[in-house]
Amino acid sequence: MTDQLTTEAQTPPLISLRGISKSFGEVKANDQIDLDVHASKVLALLGENGAGKSTLVKILYGFYQADSGTIEHQGKPVSIQSPQDARALQIGMVFQNFSLIPAFTVAENMALFFRDLGRVMDLKKISGRIETISERYNLRVDPAALVMDLSVGDLQKAEILKLLLSDSRVLILDEPTRVLAPHEIEALFEVLDNLRADGFAIILITHKLKEVMDIADQIVVLRNGRVAGSLSVAETSEQKLIEMMFARPVTEFQRIERPQSEAGEALLELKNVSTQAEGARMSLKAIDLEVRSGEIVGITGVSGNGQRELADLVLGRLPATTGSIVLHGKDATGFSIRRIRREGVAFIPESPMAMAVAPYMTVLENMAVPQIERYARNGGFTIDWDTIRQEYTATMEQLDITLSFYALARSLSGGNLQRLVIVRELAHQPSLIIASYLTSGLDVRSAIAAREALVQACARGAGVLFFSDDLDELFALSDRLIVLHSGKIRGHFTPDETSYEQIGYLMTGSEASDEH
Amino acid sequence: MSTSAESGRRSSVIIQMLSGTVGRYLSMLVIALLLFGIIILISGRNPITSYRELFGSTLGSWRGFSEVLVAMTPMVLTALAVALPARIGLINVGGEGQLYMGACAATWGALTFSAAPAWLLLPLMIVLGMLGGALWALIPGLLRAMGLVNETITTLLLNAVAPLLVAYFVFGFWHSPMDTNRTPNFVEAARLPTLADTRIDLGLLIGIFLLAAFWLFMRYTRWGLEMRAIGGNPEAAQRNGVPVKLYIVIVLCAGGAIAGLAGMAQVSGYYGVLLTGFSRGAGFLGFLISWLSFGNPVSILLTSFLVAVILTGGSMLQLTTALPYAVINILLAMALFVVLSGINIFPGRRTT
Repeated sequence: MTDQLTTEAQTPPLISLRGISKSFGEVKANDQIDLDVHASKVLALLGENGAGKSTLVKILYGFYQADSGTIEHQGKPVSIQSPQDARALQIGMVFQNFSLIPAFTVAENMALFFRDLGRVMDLKKISGRIETISERYNLRVDPAALVMDLSVGDLQKAEILKLLLSDSRVLILDEPTRVLAPHEIEALFEVLDNLRADGFAIILITHKLKEVMDIADQIVVLRNGRVAGSLSVAETSEQKLIEMMFARPVTEFQRIERPQSEAGEALLELKNVSTQAEGARMSLKAIDLEVRSGEIVGITGVSGNGQRELADLVLGRLPATTGSIVLHGKDATGFSIRRIRREGVAFIPESPMAMAVAPYMTVLENMAVPQIERYARNGGFTIDWDTIRQEYTATMEQLDITLSFYALARSLSGGNLQRLVIVRELAHQPSLIIASYLTSGLDVRSAIAAREALVQACARGAGVLFFSDDLDELFALSDRLIVLHSGKIRGHFTPDETSYEQIGYLMTGSEASDEH
Repeated sequence: MSTSAESGRRSSVIIQMLSGTVGRYLSMLVIALLLFGIIILISGRNPITSYRELFGSTLGSWRGFSEVLVAMTPMVLTALAVALPARIGLINVGGEGQLYMGACAATWGALTFSAAPAWLLLPLMIVLGMLGGALWALIPGLLRAMGLVNETITTLLLNAVAPLLVAYFVFGFWHSPMDTNRTPNFVEAARLPTLADTRIDLGLLIGIFLLAAFWLFMRYTRWGLEMRAIGGNPEAAQRNGVPVKLYIVIVLCAGGAIAGLAGMAQVSGYYGVLLTGFSRGAGFLGFLISWLSFGNPVSILLTSFLVAVILTGGSMLQLTTALPYAVINILLAMALFVVLSGINIFPGRRTT
C-alpha cells in the first residue's frame, strides 16, 4: 500500500482493486494489493512463483474471496462471490489448464457458454457467430474441429473465443505463453493487439520479461504478496523489472552455518543426458551434472522447465535417450527404480499425495513401503512392525516432528504429509537425496527444521539435489546453483559468484535468444 | 502408541466390519425378496408358497444344502480370481476363460497320466489347472505391463477364445468313442474326493482355505503391503521402488491360476469329464460376487452362498411350480441391485 501507483490520468479505471488481502493458513498470499485495470490496455502481472499473481486474479474472477479489500467496477463497489458474478461483470479468465471438453467440437463447446442458448442447438448459427468474431480478431479456429484434435495454440484461441462470445470485456490470461511455440506466441500477441484496439482490458500473467516488454502497457510487479512496483512499459527496462522481482534483503535466511567440508567423491554424475518429451512435458537436453558427497546442488527455474523430469530421470522413472548416469561410480543408466532406491537414493517429491503415499494406508504402512526389505521377516511372510515403529519414532524425535502412526494418509494435512515423507526418506541415512520443493506446505518453523535435517544429512556425507523456486532458500543452502530453462542447463554458479538478478535473467529466459 | 489402544482399535474395526457385512446381507435378502414377491404376485402365484419351495428345497434339507455348497464352489474360486488382481487395481473379467483353460490343462493331465495313483495325479492336475489359467492370464498381464492394452478388454475378449480352444482339443483329440463333445470319463484317481454321500468335493475346502490365505497374505506379508501400496497409488508405489510392472504380470497370473483351479475342480470334482461348453458362467458370477463383496473374503463367502441359494432354489422352483427359470435371474439381479445401492449406506472399500 505504501507503493506509489502511477495511475493513468486520462481515463477512469474499468476495475479497481483496493487493499486486497488473502491468507491461506499462515501464508499471506496477497497483502494490501491495489490494482487498476483500464480498458484498451494490457496489464502485465509479473512476479516469481508464489508471489501472489494467481491468487489475485482468482479473487478478481470470484474463485477466491478476499479476506479484506474492495473491488470497484466502473466506480461502483461490487462483490464478486463466484465466477458467475465475475462473468456478469464481463470478466473472463483463461486458466493454465484449459477448460474445454475434448470430445466436443469447438462450436459445441462455445454453445455451452452461450447464455441465450435455446432449446434446440442451432450449430449453424453458432458457427456463424464464431466465424464473425474469428474474422474480426484474426482468431481463426475451425468451429467443426474436435477440441481434442486442436494444437495448444488453437486451444488457447478457442478459449479466448469462448470469452469473447460470452461478452467478456476484461480478459484474464494466466501464463498464456507457457506452452506455446514462438510463432504461436506471435499470433497470440497479434490477437491481443486487436482486442486492445477494440477496447478490451487484458490482464496477462507471465514470467517472461521479453513478452511483457513486447505487449504490455502497464506492468505491476508482485513480490511476497505485495505490490513491489507499478510502472508503464515506457519507463522501465528488463533490468529494472528483474530487480523488482527478485531483489530483497536476506532476512531469516542467513546462510545456514555448515561445517566446510571438502567436497567428497562424486555420488551422481549425469553425462550429456537427454530424454524424450512425453505429452506436454519437457524434454531434457544434454544435461551435465555432478553431485558430490556432502554437497547441496540447488536446481531452480520457472516451474515446468524440466525440474520434475530431472528428478524422475535420476530416480530411474524416465529413461535417458542419450548419455549416461553414474551412481556411486557405477553406470546406472537403465537401472530400475527399485535398484536405484537400494543404492540409497531418497526422494522427497513436490506433491506428496500424488507422488509419494497411498491414501488409504496408515502413516506407518506408508513409511514401511520403500524400505520394506529391511523390515520383512520370515522370507517376507511377516513384517517387523515393532522395529519400524522404533526406527521412525527415533527419526521423528530427531527431526522434532510428531505424527500419529495409525492415521490414514488421506486424513493428513498437506504439511503433515510432507513431514511423513521427510521422516520416511531421511530415516535411513540416504546417500543421495532428491528433494523437490522440500518446504512447500510447511510453516516457517517446520521449514527451518526440514532444511536443518537436510544439512545434517549432508554433514554425514549425503549429496543433495535440491529443487526449489525460493531463491532465498537456494542461496542459503546450496553449494552450487543450477538454472534450468526449457530442459537445458542455462547457468551453473556458486552462490557467491552470482546474484538474484542474474539467476532471474536466466530463469525467465531473457538471455535465451538462441533457442528460437 | 500403546499396544492396548492398538488392539482396541483393531477389535472395534472387526466388530464394525462384521455388523456392516451381516447388515448388508440381511437387508439385501429382505429387500430382494420383497421386490421379487411382487413379481411372483404379478405372475399370479402365491409368493409365500413359492418362497417356502425355494428355501425348503435348498436350506430345508441336508441334501439341498449340500447342493448349494456344490454350486458355490466354483464361485468362491472365481470370485477370488477377481478380488486378488483388484487389490492392485487390475480388473480381471477373464475368469471364465481362465477357468476353461485350467479345466483343459487339468484334463490333459487326467487323460495322459490316467495310470498314475490319485496322490500323484490329483496334485499334478491341480498344478496343471493353475498353470493353464495362469498362462491364459499372462497374455493380458504382459500387454498391460507393457502399457499396450488395458487388461479389462483383453481378459474379456479372451473369454470368447478359451471355450473354442477347449472345443478344438475335445473334438480333435480327446473325445470319447461315443460322443464327439466330451472326453471319456476320468478314471477314479483323477476325481477329487467328495464328502460322504454328497457331491461336495475338495474344491470347496481349497476355496475356503485360499480365501483365508488371501486375507492373511494381504494383511501380514510384505507382498500384501506392496500390493496395497500399488492399489492405493500406483505412481507413488513406483517412485517408492515397488516393481509395479512385475506385480501386474504376477498378480494377474495368480488370479488366472485361481480361476484355472476352479476349472480343474469342475472337471475333476463335479463332472468327472470335460464337456465342451461345460461352464454355466461361474467365471462371470465370480466377477459379480467379487465386486459386490468389495474384495472382502468373508463377504465373498457369504455372497457366493447367497447366489448359490438363489440359483439352486431357482432350478427347484422351476420344477415344482410353473415359474420359468428366467424369473430366478430377476431375483438375482434384484439382490445385486440392493447390494450395489448399499455402497452409499455402508462404508466403502476397506484397506485391509
